Amino acid sequence: MQTYQQRALQALGDPTRREIFERLTAGPLAVGELAGELPISRPAVSQHLKVLKEVGLVFDRPSGTRRVYQVDPAAVAALREYFDAFWSNALASFRAAAEEPEQPSGPRRET
Amino acid sequence: MTTQTAVRQAVTVSASRERAFEVFTREFNRWWPRSHKIGPAALAEAVIEGREGGRWYERDVDGSECEWGRVLVWEPPARLVLAWQISGEWAYDADLHTEVEVSFVAEAPERTRVELEHRGLDAFGEKMDDMRRSFDSPGGWTGILKDFAAAV
Repeated sequence: MQTYQQRALQALGDPTRREIFERLTAGPLAVGELAGELPISRPAVSQHLKVLKEVGLVFDRPSGTRRVYQVDPAAVAALREYFDAFWSNALASFRAAAEEPEQPSGPRRET
Repeated sequence: MTTQTAVRQAVTVSASRERAFEVFTREFNRWWPRSHKIGPAALAEAVIEGREGGRWYERDVDGSECEWGRVLVWEPPARLVLAWQISGEWAYDADLHTEVEVSFVAEAPERTRVELEHRGLDAFGEKMDDMRRSFDSPGGWTGILKDFAAAV
């Protein structure tokens, strides 16, 4: 799992790939549509999509006569996982501080 | 898209809304984990300035200061929005913009639910791998959580 997540994150290290990924979070798009919106060639878009697909961030499926790419919700969840852990821990620390008595010498408030 | 690139956490504390807001902001330094900082020197103080447009920064034992972001919304004791502009390499990045919104909801006179949303996380894509590695390291969040669980 760790390795998989790290590969996914590394794939987003490329600004153009991140741009493509962000556009796909709004909804499925075909290669041609992406190429029309970005200042890069269609083969370049295809190459980036290939990388994103390899690490599991996006998948493709046929849609009528074309092939569309879309974000894999599970992969996005993996990206959020670590900030969940970050804030969970910070808030646990905050709670401990908020429940301490205001004055160190004051009476302890039991809950 | 917003929901996909945001995380939400909540914690209920046995304290008034005013007290909870005060601890979160004015006493930020008391609870912020010491390991999470930017500068090379040890953390002396972590500060949230109590006003809109205020600074959110750290001061280190060598006297240096490192920006973390800005106070975007200051509505004591109900709401606080911070711009989190710390990159994956734990450096201030003016071009990076993610937001942390904290809401304080009174459930009883001495009980407050604190809700936190960190949004715009896709902006981290580039450096998330490095950040994850630092958090997963020994002495990182996992160990801190255990300490707090034991203390509460």
